[in-house]
Amino acid sequence: MRWLILYLCLLAAPAHAVQPDEILADPALEARARELSKGLRCLVCRNENIDESNADLARDLRVLVRERLVAGDSDEEVISYLVDRYGEYVLLQPTASGENLILWIAGPAMLLMALGTAALYLRRRRSAPDAAPAPLSAEEKARLKEILEK
Amino acid sequence: MLCGMIAELGHFTLILALMIATVQAVVPLVGAHKGWRGWMAMAGPAATAQFLCIAISFGALTYAFVTSDFSLRLVTLNSHTLKPMLYKVSGVWGNHEGSMLLWVLILALFGASAHWFGQSLPDRLKARVLSVQAMIGLAFLAFILFTSNPFLRLAEPPFDGQDLNPLLQDPGLAFHPPFLYLGYVGLSMAFSFAVAALIEGRVDAAWARWVRPWTLAAWMFLTVGIALGSWWAYYELGWGGFWFWDPVENASFMPWLIAAALLHSAIVVEKREALKSWTILLAILAFGFSLIGTFIVRSGIITSVHAFANDPERGIFILAILAVFIGGALTLYAARAGVMEAKGVFAMVSRESALVMNNVLLAVAAFVVFVGTLWPLIAELAFDRKLSVGAPFFNQAFTPFMVILAVILPIGAIMPWKRARIGRSMRPLYPALVLALALGGLAFAVSTGGSALAPVGVFLGGWLIAGAGAELWQRAGRRFARLGRLPRADWGKATAHSGLGVVFIGIACLMAWDVEDIRVAQVGETFTVAGYDITLSGVERVEGPNYISTTATMRVTRGGAEVALLHPEKRIYPVAAMPTTEAAIANGVWRDIYLVIGDPQDNGGWAVRTYIKPFANWIWGGAILMALGGILSLSDRRYRVAAGARKAPAIAQPAE
Repeated sequence: MRWLILYLCLLAAPAHAVQPDEILADPALEARARELSKGLRCLVCRNENIDESNADLARDLRVLVRERLVAGDSDEEVISYLVDRYGEYVLLQPTASGENLILWIAGPAMLLMALGTAALYLRRRRSAPDAAPAPLSAEEKARLKEILEK
Repeated sequence: MLCGMIAELGHFTLILALMIATVQAVVPLVGAHKGWRGWMAMAGPAATAQFLCIAISFGALTYAFVTSDFSLRLVTLNSHTLKPMLYKVSGVWGNHEGSMLLWVLILALFGASAHWFGQSLPDRLKARVLSVQAMIGLAFLAFILFTSNPFLRLAEPPFDGQDLNPLLQDPGLAFHPPFLYLGYVGLSMAFSFAVAALIEGRVDAAWARWVRPWTLAAWMFLTVGIALGSWWAYYELGWGGFWFWDPVENASFMPWLIAAALLHSAIVVEKREALKSWTILLAILAFGFSLIGTFIVRSGIITSVHAFANDPERGIFILAILAVFIGGALTLYAARAGVMEAKGVFAMVSRESALVMNNVLLAVAAFVVFVGTLWPLIAELAFDRKLSVGAPFFNQAFTPFMVILAVILPIGAIMPWKRARIGRSMRPLYPALVLALALGGLAFAVSTGGSALAPVGVFLGGWLIAGAGAELWQRAGRRFARLGRLPRADWGKATAHSGLGVVFIGIACLMAWDVEDIRVAQVGETFTVAGYDITLSGVERVEGPNYISTTATMRVTRGGAEVALLHPEKRIYPVAAMPTTEAAIANGVWRDIYLVIGDPQDNGGWAVRTYIKPFANWIWGGAILMALGGILSLSDRRYRVAAGARKAPAIAQPAE
C-alpha cells in the first residue's frame, strides 16, 4: 500500500533518491549527511525521509543539508536550521519536549499499568479456591445418558 | 443484450444481499432470545444466500473489468484495454469501490463458512454469531451502496480507460489486498463470537476452541498479506526498504499484534478456563483495530495528501460504523464481563503467567503503534502543533517490547501449566542458549561498526529458533522416533516461533550490514562493491505491452565467476504518465544483490545504484514460516475432531 506515499512524489519527479552528483567528496561529511537525512521528512511525502524520497523537494533539502555541513555546521546546527525554516514537521523523530512527552511516556506508562494489573490478577488466581465444576443441568444429564447408552 | 445487463444484475444482487443481511441480523437474534428453533435455523441458509448474492455481484464487476466495459465509471477510471489480463482482474480490487466489494464478499464468506463448518456449534450460539456477522455485513453493504457504488454507469462511455496505477500492476501487489482483507475481515468472526458470548453470558473451553481456528486463520492471512506488502515495497520502490511505519502499514500491523495476543489468550481459556473476559476484550479490540485501519486508509485523516480515497463522507460513514460496533460491543462488555468467572488456579510462575506476559507485551506494543500513528492528528487538534512521527520513533519505542518478548518466549513456551520452576524449565534450554550466544558472538565478530543491532538480533533469533527446537525435543521425550508422532499443534507452535526468530535475524542483519553504492557508470565500465565486480554491459529501450522501458544489462561476477546477469529497468506508463523503477535482484539465502538503473547523465553514463542486502529473504521466509505454523496448527486433529463432532459422535476424544 506504500504506493500511496509515492504516488505524488513520483508524479513530481522521475528521479531517484540520492543522486551521484549530490554526494560529497569527503566521505566523513557524506556519512553525516546520510545519517541526518534519515531523520528528516520529505515534506510532500508520507512519512518518507529525504534520503529515500524521489521528490524534487527532498533533493533540495538533501543539497541544503550538505551545504550546511560543508559550511562547517554541527549536526545540531543543521537540524535547528531546518526546524527554523520548516517547523518541527520536518523531524521524523518528534522531540521529547512539551506535549510530546505524553507520546514518549505513553508506552512505558502503559506497560507499568499493564504489569501492575497482570500482577494483581495473577495473585488472585494463585489464591482463588479451585472452583468445583458446576453440576450438570437436566439437559446435559439427558445428553450424557444418551451418549453413554449408545 | 443480456451481456449488457450484467452490471445491473450485480447491482441488483448487492441490494438483495443487503436485504438478506437485514433479515439475517434480526430474525435469528430474536429466535435465540425467545428459544424459537425455526427462527434460529434461518441464520444458516441466510448466510449462504447472502454470500451467493455478493459473489454474483463481485463476479459481475470482474466481468466488466475483464471485458473492459467502459460504460462503468469504475472500469474507465481503473482499467485499460492494453493491460495484461492478470491486472484487469486485480484491477477489480485496486480501487476503493471494488476493494470494499471484495471486503464484504470475504465477510459473507466467513459468515457462510461458520455455517458450513460450524455444524457442531450449539444452535443458540450459532444463531447469535451469524446475526452479529450479518449486522457487520449490513453496515458495510449500506456503506457501499450509499457512498461507494461500483456499478455506476457513464452516460457517454469513453473509447478507452485511464489505466490502473502502474505501481499496482505487479504480482506482489495484485495479491496483497485480498490476503490483507482475509485477515482483517477474518477477525470479524472472533468479534461475532465474542459479542454472541457476551449476549449469552457464557464463555467456556468449547467457546475458545471454536474461536481459535478462526482467529488463527485470520492471523495467518494477515501475516501473508503484510509480508507481501513488505516484499513488494522491497523490490519495487527502488532502494530496498521493507517497512516504513507508514500509517497505512501500521493500520495492518496493529490488528496483527492484537490477533497474535488473542491467539495466545484463547489457549488459556481453552486449556485452563482463565483470562476469559480479557480474551473477549481482545477479540473486540482486534476487529476494532481492523475497522480503525479501514478508517485510516479510507478517510485520509492522517495526512491530507492521499491518493486513494480522500472523501470526508466516506470517512464519517466508517467512523459511524466503528462507533456503533466497537462502542456497542464495549458497552455490552462493561455490562456483562463480570459474569465470566475464571476457574483455573495457577502459580505466579507458570505457563499461564508467561502467556499473560505475552499478552501484556503484544497489547502494549500495539498501543505504542496506535499512539504513534495518531499522535500527529492529536498534536494538531489538541496542541496546534504540526509534527511528524516516523520510523526513528517507532524503532525506539516499539523494538524494546519485541526484545523482551523474544527473551521470555522460549522459556514461557516450555513451562508446564499451573506451576513451574524457572530453573527446571531452563534445563532443556541451556544448549539452545549456548548456541544462540555463539551465533550472537559470531555476528559481533563479523560486525565492523560498533552497532549492537546485528549481534543482539542474531542472538534473539537464534534463541527463538533453537528454543523451539529444544522444546520439540523435550516434548518428544528426547527420542527421534517420537518427534513425528507429536501433535501437529506442537509442530505448528515450534514452526511459528522459529519463524519469528528468522524474521528477527533477517531484520537485524539487513539493517546492520546493508551495503550501498551510488555512482555514474559508463557503458562497459566495471566497478566493485563489497567484493562483487559489476559491469554495465548495455542500456536499451524496450517496449512492453502498456509501457516503455529503459532496460540495462548488468553482469555481476565474483573472483571471475559469473554470479548473475541482471536487467534493472526504468519504465514509463504513457497512459498514466507515470514512471516506475523495476530493480533487478539476484536473490540468495545469505544476500541479495540489488541493482537499480537511474537517469542518463549529461556528460554520458548512467546513474547506477547497487545494494548488497544481507539476509533480506529471511524476513519474508520467516513470515512464511509463521503462516505455515498456523496451517500446521489448524490441521491438528483437535480441530478436525471439533469440526466433525456432529457427524461422528462415536469417536472418543482422547484425554489431553
